[in-house]
Parts: sequence; C-alpha cells; structure tokens
Amino acid sequence: MKIAEIVKSCKLQVLSASGSLDREAAGGYASDLLSDVMAHSNKGDIWITLQTHPNIVAVAVLKEICGIVLVNGRKPEQDTVSKAESESIPIMVTDLPAFELIGELHALGLRGKR
Amino acid sequence: MLKCLRADLHIHTCLSPCADLTMSPLRIVQAALARRLDVIAICDHNSAENVQAAMNAARGTDLSVCPAMEITSAEEVHVIGLFADAGAVLNMQKKVYDNLSSGKNDERLFGEQIIVNEADEIMGYSDRLLIGATSISIEEVIAGIHELGGLAIASHIDREAYSILGQLGFIPENLPLDALEVSSRIESNQAKHLFSQISAHPVITSSDAHNLDEIGKGVTIFQVERPTIDEMRHALRNENGRRVLLEK
Repeated sequence: MKIAEIVKSCKLQVLSASGSLDREAAGGYASDLLSDVMAHSNKGDIWITLQTHPNIVAVAVLKEICGIVLVNGRKPEQDTVSKAESESIPIMVTDLPAFELIGELHALGLRGKR
Repeated sequence: MLKCLRADLHIHTCLSPCADLTMSPLRIVQAALARRLDVIAICDHNSAENVQAAMNAARGTDLSVCPAMEITSAEEVHVIGLFADAGAVLNMQKKVYDNLSSGKNDERLFGEQIIVNEADEIMGYSDRLLIGATSISIEEVIAGIHELGGLAIASHIDREAYSILGQLGFIPENLPLDALEVSSRIESNQAKHLFSQISAHPVITSSDAHNLDEIGKGVTIFQVERPTIDEMRHALRNENGRRVLLEK
C-alpha cells in the first residue's frame, strides 16, 4: 500500500518529504525506544512513535523505514523536519493515540509480522 | 598538588520515590565516609530538595557533597547535572518543576518522597510527580545545565531503560555531554572498551545507589587539586594533568 493512500485514509498531516509518498509501506512497527526500532523493525515499515527527536530520522534511514507517523498530536522538532526533508523521509502527524491509529492501519491490511 | 579523589557521583536520597527510605542525608554521609569516598553527588529524580541537607550533614567531615539532580528529558533520557553550589541546582530545579509532567505522586504506586533535614528529621513530603518526565528536550536539558555552570552526564548508558542509547538508539552527533556514566553492573574496563567506540565522550562510573549498601559500588577516581566542578571538568577533558580513572 502506498503511503499516499495511508495519508488519505487516516487523515494524516504530512510535514516533510511530501514528494516521497508514492513509496510502498510493506508493514508497520510501533515503538518509542529507538534502540528497539533499530533492533526489530523491518525494511519498508511505516513507524508509529511519539518520539520527536532528530534521531528518529537517522534510525528511519538506517532501517529503510518508509515513513514515520507521530501520534497524539506530537509535533516534531524543527531539526527533525529539516533532516527528514533532506533524507526524503516523510514525517506525518495525527491527533490520534497510537492504539487508534495502529487499529486503522491494521484494518487497511498492514501487518507487523510478515 | 594533585590528589586522587574517589567519587561516587550518582546517589539518590529518600526524596526519590524509588529509593529506600533509609537513604537519609546523615546515613548517606556516614556510609560514604565508611567506604572512603571523597566526593559524592546527591542526584534525586527531577528534584534537589534534599541537596542542602546532605551538604550540611557532611560539613566538618572530609566528604565533599556535590549538588546535583537527575533530570528526565522529554525523550525520557536520564541526564545528571552536577553543579558548583546549591543555588545553581535550585535554579535548575525551578526550570525542571516548571516543565515537569503534571499530576501528583501516588505513594502506594511509586513510593514516598521525603524531604529531610541534616539531622535526618522529616520536614515534609513532596507531592510532585518526580517519577515523571519533563517536556525539556535533551539538548535543552544539557544547555540549561551548562548555562548554570554545571556538568552534564548521560546516566547509566549501558541500561536500556531511561538511557540515551535505549531511548535514542545512539548518541546524537555534537551533543555537548561532559561525560557518559556506566553503571556498576558491568565491568568498568569492559564498559570503556564497549562505549569509547561509539562516542568521543569521557566515561565515568557511579553506583546509582538507591539503598545504603549500594553507595560506593561504582567509583571514579578524579585526579585533581580540589573537588570542585572546574577541577572535575578539567579532569573529564584530560587538561592540565587532571584526569579520571575508573576504579575496578
């Protein structure tokens, strides 16, 4: 499923790399411990988190994560957005809590295990 | 003249909800002296309300008490701020209190937060949610410590919970930390070997004592003239013959 479809369906707001939304999301991963994401996320995952620190972009690049969704109305730091822009990592935000958003993504057919 | 001072720079008091109730200033000072420590830092979670009592309790002894606080950043990374005087740590405390997550401490769930004096008499209880996080980013926490002339140290980086490596995966480039702390649960030499590779920061070890038995379980030797923040800064930077050694 393309990120653009997820953005539309879940009414996400895109804050960076809006030119990279035609990427495919192969699955999803949710965690706020970046060390855990580095250890356990899969290539092509869309990542659900509430961490807004610039390190999330580096982790996404390293793990070839297709995009990051910040939940609960969290806003990324300015540095995070500019890094994401230059690394072409879409950062999206939603007011939904993680549990709700992940439920919607699961209903769209995305899986955490594959 | 340079001396080798044995320092345990991470000790909680009974103000921290997770610490043992016996962690009162007088007992901590007595335990530190019994274990031949020269310097300790009182580091409660997001508060410094027992710092002055501990400094008073050590007055007239050979022990130096460094005013300090263990601050929880917005990323839930624990950062220790060591300060030159009680005034500085109280300034930091104000900033922390202004940005601490709201809500009251539940003693049943988290533990009591006891404010005591230098004679170990109970002066009151803090009802703030000291176990919570601040909304201050790690960069701002470090900048805040530095503005007040303090040293910023990332706590227990070898643990997953509340450490910079656990929460943020790696140490951000150009983060102006003065040192990284490894806990006493891993061998100091092994720690230095493991962590010197990922960062150019100096490494210290401390006990992170939450009970009296743990005091002095992690010791860093500061080769300095005096136990001051300026001298410790030189030691961490390996300047003017000052240096730090991890005691095994």
